[in-house]
Amino acid sequence: MKIAITCVKKDKDSMIDERFGRCNYFTIYDTESKSFEHVENKGVTSAQGAGIAAGQQLLDHGVEALITGHVGPNAMKILQSGNVSIYKCSGKNIKEEIDLLLDNKLENINNAVPPHSGMRNRHGRA
Amino acid sequence: MKIAVLSGKGGTGKTTISTNLAKAMGWNYVDCDVEEPNGFIFLNPKVIKTEQVSIPVPEIDPSKCIGCQKCVNICQFNALAWANKDVLLFDKLCHGCGACSLVCGYGAISEVDREIGHIDVGNDEQITCMRGTLNIGEPMAVPIIRDLKKMIGNEKTIIDCSPGSTCSVVAAIEGVDYAVLVTEPTAFGLHDLKIAIELVRTMNIPFGIIINRGSHEKDLIEEHCEKEKINIIGKVMFDKDVAVLYSKGKLLVEHEKYKELFLHIGKKVEGEIACSLL
Repeated sequence: MKIAITCVKKDKDSMIDERFGRCNYFTIYDTESKSFEHVENKGVTSAQGAGIAAGQQLLDHGVEALITGHVGPNAMKILQSGNVSIYKCSGKNIKEEIDLLLDNKLENINNAVPPHSGMRNRHGRA
Repeated sequence: MKIAVLSGKGGTGKTTISTNLAKAMGWNYVDCDVEEPNGFIFLNPKVIKTEQVSIPVPEIDPSKCIGCQKCVNICQFNALAWANKDVLLFDKLCHGCGACSLVCGYGAISEVDREIGHIDVGNDEQITCMRGTLNIGEPMAVPIIRDLKKMIGNEKTIIDCSPGSTCSVVAAIEGVDYAVLVTEPTAFGLHDLKIAIELVRTMNIPFGIIINRGSHEKDLIEEHCEKEKINIIGKVMFDKDVAVLYSKGKLLVEHEKYKELFLHIGKKVEGEIACSLL
């Protein structure tokens, strides 16, 4: 199974980025080969529909689980259509989050946050 | 002949200026501020016709789709996605450009109309009034503004724009003969006015400034205009009478002293347009 994590830096010790559509990088962990892959999020450079672009990218990579902070409505639609399970991060680093997920200790996200929540400096939202 | 009224900053009095100018000069009025069309409150025309505005969005026939994903890749707006062997459509993001149906080699995509708003046409005693209204939750205003502008024709028209310097404003002022920039004598007013000036200059539209809520003293807008050699074509004073009329939804030109002021501004604008054509 491939697990994607939204992160700030292109590094497996990176902090998690709580945004989905506008996070900088995805770290993709393959539970079979136990290997890490870092990919740049195409959503960041999208003028609109960042969550959709990001979601599409994960589906193209064959990701089945996602650990992040908040997912918007459009991203939720595409991820659910692609049968990706979404989990709420717990504020740890990538390695620890993966361990928590594999121990079934992360909470499922089923509800989307309002659109554009991840854009900084917007009405004080995260 | 078309005059656009814009401002940069919101709440400076575009609708006040444009409705009163239209009434005083006897020009038609078109409300292109489709997210908040308020001009009809003051002009109170009798609506005689309402037309729907829609944009073409793709409809995918799954029986013909072979899953080549060309439509998903061509879409610049992320309105299409490929998930679980199906094309997903996010219709609010679709700009109706039609690239997806062009690129589909299997005839799986047809275009269907999706309503995004409507246009009202109304009659005042002397002038024709039009307004576009964007449906709540719709992100794209430009298609309605384009439709509105197609309906204007060559008649003398005042175009009331939305605030800022957005796509909507650009669409509304494209091809006008003159721009009236409404501002207020505050630091915010000046800041946003500068952006609006840059916009009309870039688009080569002759323009002049109207100061709203002005005082008898020289203000920062006048100082800036003097320095930049920009024409101030009028000033509406900060006056309780204005507030009272406005709060009742009345036009200022119903008041004799304002009627004269707007007739004067109107003449000045017409003079400016004549000069710009020389």
